[in-house]
Amino acid sequence: MTRIFIPRDVAALAVGADKVASKLAAEAKARGLAIDIIRTGSRGMLFLEPLIEIETDGGRIGYGPVAVKDVASLLDSGLLTGGAHALRIGRPEDHPFLARQTRLTFARCGITDPVSLADYEALDGWKGLKRAIAIGPQAIVAEVTNSGLRGRGGAGFPTGIKWKTVADTPADQKYVVCNADEGDSGTFADRMIMEGDPFALIEGMTICGVGVGATKGYVYLRSEYPHAARTFTEALRVAREAGYLGQNILGSGYAFELELRMGAGAYVCGEETSLLESLEGKRGIVRAKPPLPAHKGLFARPTVINNVLSLVAVPTVLDRGADFYAGFGFGRSRGTMPIQIAGNVRYGGLFEAAFGLTLGEIVDTIAGGTLSGRPVRAVQCGGPLGAYFPRALFDTPYDYEAFAARDGLIGHGGIVVFDDTVDMAQMARFAMEFCAIESCGKCTPCRIGSIRGVEVIDAVLAGIKPAENMALLEDLCHTMKFGSLCALGGFAPYPVMSAVNHFKEDFSPRALAAAE
Amino acid sequence: MAEAAPWSADRAREIVKEFVELEGPMMPLLHALQEEFGYIPTGAVPIIADLLNLTRAEVHGVITFYHDFRLEPRGRHLLQLCRGEACQSMHSEQLAQKMLKKLGVDWHQTTSDRELTVEPVFCLGLCATSPSCLIDGEPHGRLNIEILTEAVEEARAQ
Repeated sequence: MTRIFIPRDVAALAVGADKVASKLAAEAKARGLAIDIIRTGSRGMLFLEPLIEIETDGGRIGYGPVAVKDVASLLDSGLLTGGAHALRIGRPEDHPFLARQTRLTFARCGITDPVSLADYEALDGWKGLKRAIAIGPQAIVAEVTNSGLRGRGGAGFPTGIKWKTVADTPADQKYVVCNADEGDSGTFADRMIMEGDPFALIEGMTICGVGVGATKGYVYLRSEYPHAARTFTEALRVAREAGYLGQNILGSGYAFELELRMGAGAYVCGEETSLLESLEGKRGIVRAKPPLPAHKGLFARPTVINNVLSLVAVPTVLDRGADFYAGFGFGRSRGTMPIQIAGNVRYGGLFEAAFGLTLGEIVDTIAGGTLSGRPVRAVQCGGPLGAYFPRALFDTPYDYEAFAARDGLIGHGGIVVFDDTVDMAQMARFAMEFCAIESCGKCTPCRIGSIRGVEVIDAVLAGIKPAENMALLEDLCHTMKFGSLCALGGFAPYPVMSAVNHFKEDFSPRALAAAE
Repeated sequence: MAEAAPWSADRAREIVKEFVELEGPMMPLLHALQEEFGYIPTGAVPIIADLLNLTRAEVHGVITFYHDFRLEPRGRHLLQLCRGEACQSMHSEQLAQKMLKKLGVDWHQTTSDRELTVEPVFCLGLCATSPSCLIDGEPHGRLNIEILTEAVEEARAQ
């Protein structure tokens, strides 16, 4: 029986993984070949999907991207023994895209059956939780603090400090909330983990619960991710049945229960206080801070609210120790960051590496430039509220502070590459339009400012008092940046002003072309 | 995909009651109602308000805040086309305009035969295989107009 691994990650399904799997099963049956197809997460080499892997004596051998029409010729070429074929990539871990990475958070993703406890345990699963139970709450929080782990959702706030605040706040009930409302375009790391290694999130949240004294956790997942919801629901059931969740975790006396809740298509619910409102069953209107969620969060109880990637980094920190994790990184950005390379790129996918690579290395070397083959003109880093970087800034190191120093942000780690056909005035207009659609409506600068932003950019492009309107746009961005409660209105100026500052030539009037 | 059930106040009350014991039951019960009826009929609003001890205005406010919840039925099939920046970098806006023109609808509209509703979506997490979409919840990536048209036709034939 030859074991064949085919991803069930939605990105692989989007390019035909299910069809390849059923074709392979049918073709093998017709040829009397004994195969066992195991569905895994994705390795993150999305340019190779569907990537199928065969277990051989020399390790797994990968082939990709496989189309249904390739299945017969693959079997003819001795697929089951790792035979030569144009699509053969060799051992996936030797592929340059993977070989260059440091996989801590994504160590198992793409290798294991995501809902197999045996697979999870075989690759260091639950070790962090077991050590956490052994060392107790105070030491857990100290370990996370010393690791230097910062919130991977975008804000980069030190995770340990958040945990300590909740641990030190007395209450009848505390909560751990996972922000899986991964709404930023160009990001998919949370999704890949929830589909490819969901036990790691369960383990991270349970460690957090033990550490801060919370007995109840919620994962708030966006509705655009139905496949992640299915896999995670299955993983919750398996973990609960095996005693990793419940009233007495692994016989330790600690209790922790976890529930999955779905969002409903509101981008602003990725903002932590809006997410809490939504979990409570209200409109996702942003709350003023203070009080901090750590003091008064979900149902006014002390609440740790962390991104998926922050929580999934925790089992590694507990298992290998704070020093091990802090040993990776650059400046005050410690550990690794799962960078998501997307858009118009040759080699798109998930690239986990220690902080400190330059943007140019990521875009030109790792991503291999554009898929279209045209020159790279702009790179948007950090989602729809992140700045557009021109080639002139490609020497910026991938690090929270270095990006901030250049009026950008790394956010949740998304990088979207555009070639020279991009119209940066339209991208700036889109940022304002998106903000107008998604604004929760609480703050005037965001609610009204974004609509005015669209109008002002339209006026500039129509040649109506362009200089005055450009000045007005800058003033408007300033008001939004400093007058909005949350990052939606506060950060929408980043893509707009970076487009204006770095790509001014795109903002010249085009009334004649538009009128035709 | 499963056909939506016709409106029934008794069934709605039953569904809402399944959730009232949860902490923060509103979002799960709205999803369940929409799953059952295909949309959230206005008749459900007073039922939710009654069982959750809220005003009808509060319930209406929640429903209308979220893009996913609909107060009107949609077509039998749903095309969610991504308009996120990663898809835009692969010319998704042009693709969307072509598709909308072909279907004779605008965003949020349903074809005249009530078969297909087109909704914009801002990121499906399929950003390295863009442009992408979901059709009745099934993902499609590396789209061009031919692949998209074929996928839409395939769904409509079901």
